Amino acid sequence: MSAVTISNVGKTFNSGKPNEVQALSGIDLDIAAGEFVSLIGPSGCGKSTLLRLVAHLLEPTTGNVTVNGKSAAQARLDQDYGMAFQQAGLFEWRTVRKNIELPLELKGWDKARRRERAEEMLALVQLPEFGDHYPWQLSGGMQQRIAIARALAAHPQLLLMDEPFGALDEMSREYMQGELLRICAETKTTVLFVTHSIPEAVYLSQRVVVMSPRPGRITKIVDVGLTGPRSEDTRNAESFFRAITAVREGLRGMHAEHVAMGMDDR
Amino acid sequence: MSLPFGRIVRRTATFIAAVAVVAVIWETYKFVGPTDGGSILGVRVLPRTADFAMPHVWEMFQRFGRPEVRGRDGTVFAAVAAGAWYSFRLAAVGFVLGGVVGVGLSVVMARFDVVRRGLLPYLVVSQTVPLIALAPLVVSWGGRLEIGSFTWPRWLSASVLGAFLAFFPVAVGTLRGLAAAPPAALELMQSYAASWWRTLLTLRFPTAVPYMVPAFRLAASSAVIGVVVAEISTGLKGGIGRLIIEYAREATGDPAKVYTAIFGAAALGLTMAGIVAVTDTVVMRHRPKEHTA
Repeated sequence: MSAVTISNVGKTFNSGKPNEVQALSGIDLDIAAGEFVSLIGPSGCGKSTLLRLVAHLLEPTTGNVTVNGKSAAQARLDQDYGMAFQQAGLFEWRTVRKNIELPLELKGWDKARRRERAEEMLALVQLPEFGDHYPWQLSGGMQQRIAIARALAAHPQLLLMDEPFGALDEMSREYMQGELLRICAETKTTVLFVTHSIPEAVYLSQRVVVMSPRPGRITKIVDVGLTGPRSEDTRNAESFFRAITAVREGLRGMHAEHVAMGMDDR
Repeated sequence: MSLPFGRIVRRTATFIAAVAVVAVIWETYKFVGPTDGGSILGVRVLPRTADFAMPHVWEMFQRFGRPEVRGRDGTVFAAVAAGAWYSFRLAAVGFVLGGVVGVGLSVVMARFDVVRRGLLPYLVVSQTVPLIALAPLVVSWGGRLEIGSFTWPRWLSASVLGAFLAFFPVAVGTLRGLAAAPPAALELMQSYAASWWRTLLTLRFPTAVPYMVPAFRLAASSAVIGVVVAEISTGLKGGIGRLIIEYAREATGDPAKVYTAIFGAAALGLTMAGIVAVTDTVVMRHRPKEHTA
């Protein structure tokens, strides 16, 4: 069964007003359960908007989004997905453990069960001794790992991530990519991942969806074709570079098109 | 986590030094200044330093130990302490009342944008009404109020006027705090399908705490001012406000006496602010340091 089905989705902001913006148009995308898919494209291509439509934080203007065979609205009410943002967004007044417990608290789990799951998640992100710390006592990378633990605490089958490593330095970023793949493999979670970085998208994903702006649409879907688990060698593999080139060409093709149409604003 | 001991000692020392500096300036001027003050073209520009105008600092403190009324037992200290304690209780009632009303209003304003836009200007205007004009009104309204067996005690008017000053900083500060939740955190709560009230309790109020702390600190001193002014303008007996008027009337014969009541009022304000400061430290103990400044 598909984890996410997006069919003919369009999104227009401020419809009918002078500042009307067509953010997305004619988006079709099918994500299989257990798949890791990245959305990449220049600013304003609507990749974050698309993610928010799947999360049902926004309603599509046209078309339809289903998550686990349900409407996106129902999936949100059932908390079928977890979400992580560029800013870890931990609540500074809560301990790390209480932050991880937040979604469980809202689901009405009892204390003992929450506590047990929080310990499990702390072990999963390899910060078991930090449960009683406060977020501001942790480094940015550690905070982001706690945010992932929070997103996965209720064991959702789907993880939605909006540039989660965008604020990290290159070293922590590569480390976190490895961690994310390990965690997803362990928990068999489907991931929809928004990023600006071509190597990041290729390293993490089975498929990279290349998007273009005004209006946001899908221009190319690159099958990464890396087999087996990723390792440091993956970053030097020929197939890794081939996929990077393919994504870059996808992005560049649209750049050339924009220049031709006189729409380039760079 | 408590305040480090060294910091408490340092703060206390600074406070005592500041008081001492004022006392020294007072005495120095009294020593060098002209006894009858200085006048230019009949307008007095320098205050008189004669004992009836400027009593010695030590006389003010000695006055605490002597009887309030000649020939009776009770000292001024006992009278001032009793008055301050009475006013403190009224101010505490006003502070709690103002806090509850302020937080309540801020929640309603945060929930309904229409209410916020309609009400906020009135709240600002309300603070420009002079308290002295309002005091007799509150007393007369209160006097007419009778709900079942409840009759309006006279002291409640003073507390209400304290609350009238105290609620404003609380309402405005809390409202700002409730609106300060970051958009990503709000999206997160939305992704959990959390209700508005749930989001209020889980996210907005905790976010508002650093904004509410200074608001409540201001409200505490406002409540004291409101109560003392109300006591003075309604002539309510028992509190420090009334003592200030009574002692001021005796200023010609007993100049040091009025200062004892003023010291009492100052001590009252400091106590109130101190209690709130201690509460702040407890509430903010797990927060990152940049917020506690």
